[in-house]
Amino acid sequence: MSNRIPAERPVIEGEDEGHERRSYVIGLVLALALTTGAFAVVWLDLLSGVAALAGLGLLALIQAVVHLRYFLHIDLQRSHRDDLLLILFTVLILLIMVSGTIWILYDQHVRMMP
Amino acid sequence: MSLSERLHPGLNLAGTDPEGHEAAEEVLFGFWIFLMSDLVLFAVLFATYAAMSVQGIADGPLPAEVFDLTAAFVETLLLLLSSFAFGFAILAMKYREDRRGVLVWLLLTGVLGAAFVAMELHDYYVMITQHAAPPQASGFLSAYYLLTGTHALHVSSGLVWMAIMSIQIAVLGFTAPVKLRLMRLALFWHMLDVVWIGIFTFVYLYGVAS
Repeated sequence: MSNRIPAERPVIEGEDEGHERRSYVIGLVLALALTTGAFAVVWLDLLSGVAALAGLGLLALIQAVVHLRYFLHIDLQRSHRDDLLLILFTVLILLIMVSGTIWILYDQHVRMMP
Repeated sequence: MSLSERLHPGLNLAGTDPEGHEAAEEVLFGFWIFLMSDLVLFAVLFATYAAMSVQGIADGPLPAEVFDLTAAFVETLLLLLSSFAFGFAILAMKYREDRRGVLVWLLLTGVLGAAFVAMELHDYYVMITQHAAPPQASGFLSAYYLLTGTHALHVSSGLVWMAIMSIQIAVLGFTAPVKLRLMRLALFWHMLDVVWIGIFTFVYLYGVAS
């Protein structure tokens, strides 16, 4: 094919198959560890109530970051500003909608208590 | 040309296919906008579920009474391994344009994804027949089936897309449009795994823990 790698192509940091393959393997190992950890918290009854919500939420947040970093290759330092703005704006919208929904529904629930 | 630059989030073709890399910037950025709006849909379903699973139990069963954590754990592993397999399919495409290799990895991804959907349907079957927990029993259960069902529907449409891409790879080979379509499917598939993290954590684990 005509679009094979030109001999004099600029060297791109981290661009070889072994390096990128390692990224997926690291992601898988970290994700497996975090998933098992989260299930262990519940199976072994380590936390309950608000502590469980906070602990599990933290594990989920870390695992989401691991997936974004190693599977979706999002690296904020090298990203374009557009991409960063898109993701940050979405996070803002999510926070407003999720916290707003929970707040309003909780408030309505309290008002409807007999 | 900006070969050394990352033009979009996600895996870049970069120097392995300069033309494809240039073409990727626009379409992949557009697909990221779709992914983010899809994430908004899931976030609102999560918010509804968060309210309903606490305040919408009514006379129905509690989350801890109907969820099977072992099944949720196996489903998590299936989806994670399937996401991982897709990564290797994309690498076989990017560096070697190896049709056979890509198709084998895609088949593995698809089989794991299909097993995931099958297990979820089995979960629904067990909940409805053995725990008397159909969607209409309570607000909690309506929100549960809506949230996990929307995710399962996304995974199923990903499987259909994967079958179509396999045919395109076999018939057309790795032309630039085919490559870019497969890269978008990869982003979609990885994103669904990220959404599943939220589901297994807040629906299954927190549901059983609280």
